[in-house]
Amino acid sequence: MMILEADRLSITFGGVRAIDGVSIAVESGQVFSIIGPNGSGKTTLFNLVSGIYVPNDGNVRLAGESVTGLAPDQLARRGLSRTFQNLQIFSRMSVLENVMVGRHRHERTGILADLLHWPSVARQNQATREAARAALARVGLVDAADRPAGSLDYGALKRLEIARALASEPTVLLLDEPAAGCNPVETQEIDHVIRAIVKDAITVVLVEHDMRLVMNISDRVHVLASGRTLTEGTPEQVRSDPAVIEAYLGVHGSQEAVRAFD
Amino acid sequence: MRTLLETRLLPAIAVAAIVVILPYFFPSAYYYRIGALVFIFALAVVGLNLLMGFAGQVSLGHAGFLGIGAYSVAIGPVHFGAPSWLCLFAGAMLSGAVAFLVGRPILRLKGHYLAVATLGFGLLVAIVLTNEAGWTGGPDGMSVPKLALFDWQVRGSDAWYWIAGATFVGGFVLALNLMESPTGRALQAIHDSEIAARVLGIDVARKKLTVFIISAMYASVAGSYLALFNGHVTPEVAGFLRSIELVAMVVLGGMGSIVGSLVGAAVLVVLPQALTIFHEYEQALLGLILMVFMIFLRRGIVPSLAAAFAGWRK
Repeated sequence: MMILEADRLSITFGGVRAIDGVSIAVESGQVFSIIGPNGSGKTTLFNLVSGIYVPNDGNVRLAGESVTGLAPDQLARRGLSRTFQNLQIFSRMSVLENVMVGRHRHERTGILADLLHWPSVARQNQATREAARAALARVGLVDAADRPAGSLDYGALKRLEIARALASEPTVLLLDEPAAGCNPVETQEIDHVIRAIVKDAITVVLVEHDMRLVMNISDRVHVLASGRTLTEGTPEQVRSDPAVIEAYLGVHGSQEAVRAFD
Repeated sequence: MRTLLETRLLPAIAVAAIVVILPYFFPSAYYYRIGALVFIFALAVVGLNLLMGFAGQVSLGHAGFLGIGAYSVAIGPVHFGAPSWLCLFAGAMLSGAVAFLVGRPILRLKGHYLAVATLGFGLLVAIVLTNEAGWTGGPDGMSVPKLALFDWQVRGSDAWYWIAGATFVGGFVLALNLMESPTGRALQAIHDSEIAARVLGIDVARKKLTVFIISAMYASVAGSYLALFNGHVTPEVAGFLRSIELVAMVVLGGMGSIVGSLVGAAVLVVLPQALTIFHEYEQALLGLILMVFMIFLRRGIVPSLAAAFAGWRK
């Protein structure tokens, strides 16, 4: 079953077609990666799918329902969550509180109950705290629960964002460059985390530059170049596609291509 | 239950103790007056701190709600013969409704743009209060009938000290409760990253509106108390300087520190009184002291001292 489908999406910024008629179809329970040289529109595509941008053209379906033009919070309540390439941490809050915010869509209290600290709020807080701890455990951060989020190192913050998104119990999780800026050890940790997520029947859509990570864990790889689809296939198919190698070589020099396909 | 009291409500218990114990150190009745003013302003400042310190949304027009509350307990009894306590509640409801109508369009704005829009709202209220002289007495203001609860006529600074103190503690507890709730967490999240809050399912516009309404109602109740306490009200209560004063109290005490709201209000109410002995240099000294405070306690008095204390204990 196709859990997430984007049909001929397009968006224009100041006359430039950042995404031009791109279609993707993500099967439930798979890891679907989107790769491409810098500036090829990967993050823009993510922003379209997660409701941060509204497409000029095309539509998005989540679990068969049209969700085109819905706001990110509405999409989140339908089970689509995401992380960000440039970290978006609630740095004033503790690590645990960050993840507790992820439980928001499952929390059921009214403003009056919140102001009066009704017994239901206390119960809710307890349930939220436990679920948040469980999510932290899934990314190996439970020991850091009470630290201020701002005090974590970069790799841990990347995992914190994943835990926060997981706490919302998404059916589809969009990960925007989870390994960017991570050292090999941290990348390895991210790899394990993603594998564990998929085991829990969460569909993962991944934008990533680290080709070893992508080729290791993806079921399907979709290649973008200059805002258009270049090709799509299994990791093996994409790896051996001359057009893909050329896109990387032509646009971004040999260095990235060598790193990408070694 | 014990741990809950110890953690969440400990500051409230401490503040309640301060309210009760303070009068034993008052050398004269005049100090009750100062105390009452501190608690009245602190109530408004707690509300504004929820908006500014927690949700990260500035309001430079919050005295507008102070004005709505103040004139509600003036116009209601004088023109309609309604009881003051009812007008106080009606004023809070009206402020909430006005906050809802004003907040919907302007809370879309961010940072400086929101600051200017709220500034405009405050000016608007002050101008209406000045110009509608038939209802408000114009620039000279109007007198406010005393508050009567059942057969008890509330008069005297000591009575108002207790009423304002008790109400402040109540408002303080509500604010602490709110911060330890799903709504409170959502508000703090919005402060740090609106976009991350949204992708986690938080309806950012609605949460901002909620806290704007709550903070307006805090200000409104404080405004009503101020008018009833003083027995007289002028449009100055809704003026620009009042709004700035409230913001200064929030920042001085500490953004996001509920205890800081009391400290900020106390400093800015007490300091001008203490500085009157310097006569014409009073304002200059006040400005200088504020600058020194902000330079050396840049996160506000309470958070800065708390951080220093935590560092010193290590």
